[in-house]
Amino acid sequence: MAKVKVLVITGFGTNCERESAYAARQAGADKVDICFFSDLIQEKVFLKDYNFLVFPGGFLDGDDLGGAQAAAIRWKYAKTISGTSLRQELENFLKENKIILGICNGFQLLTKLGLLPALENNYFERQVSLSYNDSARFEDRWVWLKVNTSSPCIFTKNLDYLYLPVRHGEGKVIPFSSQILTQLEENNLIALQYISPQNKQPTLEYPYNPNGSPLGIAGLTDPSGRILGLMPHPEAYNHPTNHPKWTRGVTSPLGTLIFANGVEYLRQ
Amino acid sequence: MLARLEVALRPEVRDVRGEKIARKIKEHLNLDVEEVRIIKGYTIDGLEAKELDVVLKEHFLSDPVLHKVAFEPLAQDFDWIIEVGFRPGVTDNEGKTASYTLERIFKKTIQVYTSEQFLLKGNLDKSQVEHIAKDLLANELIQRFSYRSFAQWKNAPGFPLVAPKVTGQASTEVEIIPLAPLSAQELVQLSKDRVLALSLQEMEVIRDYFNLPAVKEARARLGLAPHPTDAELECLAQTWSEHCKHKIFNARITYEDREKQKTEVIDSLFKTYIAGSTQKIRELKGEKDYCLSVFKDNAGVIKFDRDLDVCIKVETHNSPSALDPYGGALTGIVGVNRDPMGTGLGANLLCNTDVFCFASPFFKGELPPRLLHPRRVMEGVREGVEHGGNKSGIPTVNGGIVFEERYLGKPLVFCGTVGTIPHEIKGRKGYKKKAQVGDYIVMTGGRIGKDGIHGATFSSEELHEGSPATAVQIGDPITQRKMYDFIMRARDLGLYNAITDNGAGGLSSSVGEMAEDTGGCDLDLSKAPLKYDGLKPWEILLSEAQERMTLAVPEEHLEEFLQLAREMDVEASVLGRFVDSGKFLVRYGEKIVAYLDMHFLHHGLPQMELKAVWEKPKFPEISQDKIRVGRQDEFLKQMLGRLNICSREYVIRQYDHEVQGGSVIKPLVGVLSDGPADAAVLRPVLDKDRGLVVSNGICPKFSDYDTYWMMANAIDEAIRNCVAVGGDPNYLAGVDNFCWCDPVQSEKTPDGHYKLAQLVRANRALAHFCQAFQVPCISGKDSMKNDYTGGGQKISIPPTVLFSLISVIEDISWCQTSDFKLPEEEIYLLGLTRRELAGSEFLAELGLKGGDVPQVDVLSARKRYLTLHEAFKQRLITACHDLSDGGLGVALAEMAIGGRLGARVDLAQVPCCPGDLTLEEVLYSESASRLLVTVRKENRDRFRALFQGQVIAYLGETTALPELVFHYKGEKLFSCSVEELTRAWKATLDW
Repeated sequence: MAKVKVLVITGFGTNCERESAYAARQAGADKVDICFFSDLIQEKVFLKDYNFLVFPGGFLDGDDLGGAQAAAIRWKYAKTISGTSLRQELENFLKENKIILGICNGFQLLTKLGLLPALENNYFERQVSLSYNDSARFEDRWVWLKVNTSSPCIFTKNLDYLYLPVRHGEGKVIPFSSQILTQLEENNLIALQYISPQNKQPTLEYPYNPNGSPLGIAGLTDPSGRILGLMPHPEAYNHPTNHPKWTRGVTSPLGTLIFANGVEYLRQ
Repeated sequence: MLARLEVALRPEVRDVRGEKIARKIKEHLNLDVEEVRIIKGYTIDGLEAKELDVVLKEHFLSDPVLHKVAFEPLAQDFDWIIEVGFRPGVTDNEGKTASYTLERIFKKTIQVYTSEQFLLKGNLDKSQVEHIAKDLLANELIQRFSYRSFAQWKNAPGFPLVAPKVTGQASTEVEIIPLAPLSAQELVQLSKDRVLALSLQEMEVIRDYFNLPAVKEARARLGLAPHPTDAELECLAQTWSEHCKHKIFNARITYEDREKQKTEVIDSLFKTYIAGSTQKIRELKGEKDYCLSVFKDNAGVIKFDRDLDVCIKVETHNSPSALDPYGGALTGIVGVNRDPMGTGLGANLLCNTDVFCFASPFFKGELPPRLLHPRRVMEGVREGVEHGGNKSGIPTVNGGIVFEERYLGKPLVFCGTVGTIPHEIKGRKGYKKKAQVGDYIVMTGGRIGKDGIHGATFSSEELHEGSPATAVQIGDPITQRKMYDFIMRARDLGLYNAITDNGAGGLSSSVGEMAEDTGGCDLDLSKAPLKYDGLKPWEILLSEAQERMTLAVPEEHLEEFLQLAREMDVEASVLGRFVDSGKFLVRYGEKIVAYLDMHFLHHGLPQMELKAVWEKPKFPEISQDKIRVGRQDEFLKQMLGRLNICSREYVIRQYDHEVQGGSVIKPLVGVLSDGPADAAVLRPVLDKDRGLVVSNGICPKFSDYDTYWMMANAIDEAIRNCVAVGGDPNYLAGVDNFCWCDPVQSEKTPDGHYKLAQLVRANRALAHFCQAFQVPCISGKDSMKNDYTGGGQKISIPPTVLFSLISVIEDISWCQTSDFKLPEEEIYLLGLTRRELAGSEFLAELGLKGGDVPQVDVLSARKRYLTLHEAFKQRLITACHDLSDGGLGVALAEMAIGGRLGARVDLAQVPCCPGDLTLEEVLYSESASRLLVTVRKENRDRFRALFQGQVIAYLGETTALPELVFHYKGEKLFSCSVEELTRAWKATLDW
């Protein structure tokens, strides 16, 4: 069985690294490390030594210039002390059947880097973006999600519905064109959708859809299904008492299952 | 070359931020606009034309999916356009990120300044546009604006390029200020002119110090004048400021109690009542004492478990928030974050708790000069704390807002932060620190600018029309986050011996305090990194520029420390060494800027002598016919809609309250997650079920009657809230935070004797009730000059104390929330209801003042809380809510709202004293120490047995029918549907 080695990358305003690492440990990973972006530059840590990358939530560069914009530029141009391009390292990582999970600000980074949705396998091309919620407000609330069982996404296997918190001000998916939106749908790259708890159908209705994302898009995957980006925070539901209604005896599948699916995939 | 990149949305992208501004123009200013669109501007200094072209084409500062960009004006199709940009020297975080991003690519120095253009469509005239610019879009203290009509724009499109660069000459000027020849009056004038906030007596002590032969001699040896330098004077003023030295709390007070015909002398309120009572409680707790570090560090520390300690600090940032609500509050929150970060060897930041006091956001009167409209203050503060907390990745787990008209004069912004410190770090206790002789003075984080100069002395003064604008700063959460990441790593590697933050007083204060460990320092200001030229040495020493920590790094770790900082992109500068010379020595290169005896600096301040006179204020009796209410159902809804009672969901949702993944009880609870929580609970260590409870108590509404009972109620409320979620009454630690109006008798404060008596009484209550409840205070703060004068009027805030609590619980699964859970559960009221309407929301709704203020019967209350905790542990409680603003009626309604279930209660069951309370008194009295709980029928006997001999009453049952039905002796009085109650409760602040 393959060893699952998770690297959670932080620094420059990322702030969900600890609970993301905890969720990965809960999910059964063999090794979970947290590293700073600067550790990659200093070659204290190498992407190639891991097979599961997590880009956690936070406020990279304070959301200045738009969520993860500055970080995307940084990843694109950064070189390590011995001159290796980090972007190249990422490309190599992807070629090797490895997996990447981007949560909230991490999802913004993946779209802005062009790793998601990568339609027609055009990686590193920005096809969609994430921008301000329709309310133009940051909001913290729990939302109901439906998993697209036809999507190739390996992180959402065997899951159907999830209840997770969103905590963002820029979570609305904006495709470059309406064709791109159609393609996302046709290629089943929409991995998760906000739904109404009443009819369990994808919705545009606030607050069930907290940001106005078209088709209720809450998470996207790439054609390989090995990259998932999502606005909700699976790592924040790592214990039954995280559920806002646990004192009422209410429970639902833990968000850590998303991580567990990643671990499971790599084991096989 | 200077160029402005304009970034507009592509036409297919909805401008939701513009829509929000349009809504605000409508709601805040009552003006109609059809549409607002926003264009962002980045004015770039330092790139050549072909490089600029790359910025545009490669979309370094824009998003190809969202934006169209150009180096020429993009605005079209509008009636008016307003441009807002920063004034020179004001923190421009986005500009900083843009500069940083471009610098990494082009490998050279680049400066980027941001601005925004607001394109308005609608039938507006010039004065309305100016109103929008001035009173909504820009704060002229920190921002500039200009505007054009479409016609003007068409003639000459575009605004002139503005690069708000601070221009100044590097300066090493040190001024000598002879005090010896000055008369008393001149000394006072000097203190005033330089914003020193020192009294005549203090000025005289300084003058006399410089006249001492030994001092003169020592100075002469170094070639220094026998007079203070500007830096010395400023440094003393800062170190001796009310803000830093708590002169009033340490004063010798002659307290005359005219009610009891007694006079006594109190030698320091702080030592006598606050530190004194904590000491006694710790002795009483003996081996079970969980306090580790109280009142000596930036935050108080208690034990959490074997491996971890927790610390807490609550600060206020009132004066800056009055001038610039957003920047003031943002700085408040990131500022208080540095207190735990600078406690012991440095704490990880766990959560924030914030409490605000404002005047009504619906204020309609005329605003006195320099004051901002309370709605603007509230929105700005809310947003500042949102950005400060959210961007730092620290959950805002709970808080509160108090509305009272006198907070128009000064809003109160309490920001609290809880941190965790490993109990042991590399063989050292994490909560201890000590700089060693020879350690290097290292400053990390942000650079120094003119920001916040005189913050400490400024906050020690009243707010007036001419208050200095440099006192305002804008925090930068990301620079701080990067520094925090670095410091936590350096801490765990054991690279330093001591750490403290640069807050009020800047380096002067941080280095001055740390130098006490070794008995001196040698600080060279020429090594300090500056944001721009033009700061004099004393300004570098005193600047309160944010995001800086000072550390004591031993020689053997210095290289590793600096290397790690470089790698993590954090600036760290060696500014000198800690020595044992007994001198606070500051130089600028070779030039000596300050040379003071450490002892004089820290202990030279003479104790203040003050007088306090207590005379019980008289209020009318409240006759029963005045408090009769017509329709009870309508009245209950009115009560629920009151500002001090209504839902805070609007504010809460915009705060991240669950980042870090340990949230257990969130600020919003219930079946639809919109009911009120009494306190927050979290899991500091994710793989343990041990919990931390955070709660607050604040009731300035009782201050006009008697601050003694105000304090008692605040403490009781904090404990009540804490035990209502499952907190342990035997494992509590408190933080007192006093915000007072000037209590020193003077011409401008003719009622100073009374205000000081109010302070004395609050302190006495603190000592009495903390001891009786066995709550040690571990940290605290005071802010004593919360007055405003201007336009011929003076507004003093009501004396206010925020009492914050943390509690450690063994098992989070004991916890409960306030919402009704299931139909047919029994409802019990714990505690006695008295005729105590003074200060109540009920009387305020009726526009009345008077009656009796709630008193706290601490013995029965403590017993009740202990028993309740036992009931929680036995899992007998299915819901619990404390009774506070609005009493029983409101508490019941809130539980029903949270669960969207009804209840049938009989008010005749309510235990009352005396027995003849009217219906209104039963429903709305705010007697202390009361709680409502629900219990399942099968647990009834066990529950009742636990409470045997205590005042509790069965009031009725929850019902599936969502209706609150009130009976009296079996007869129905009135009812309200829960849906209507919910609507009333949510409507007021549904923004």
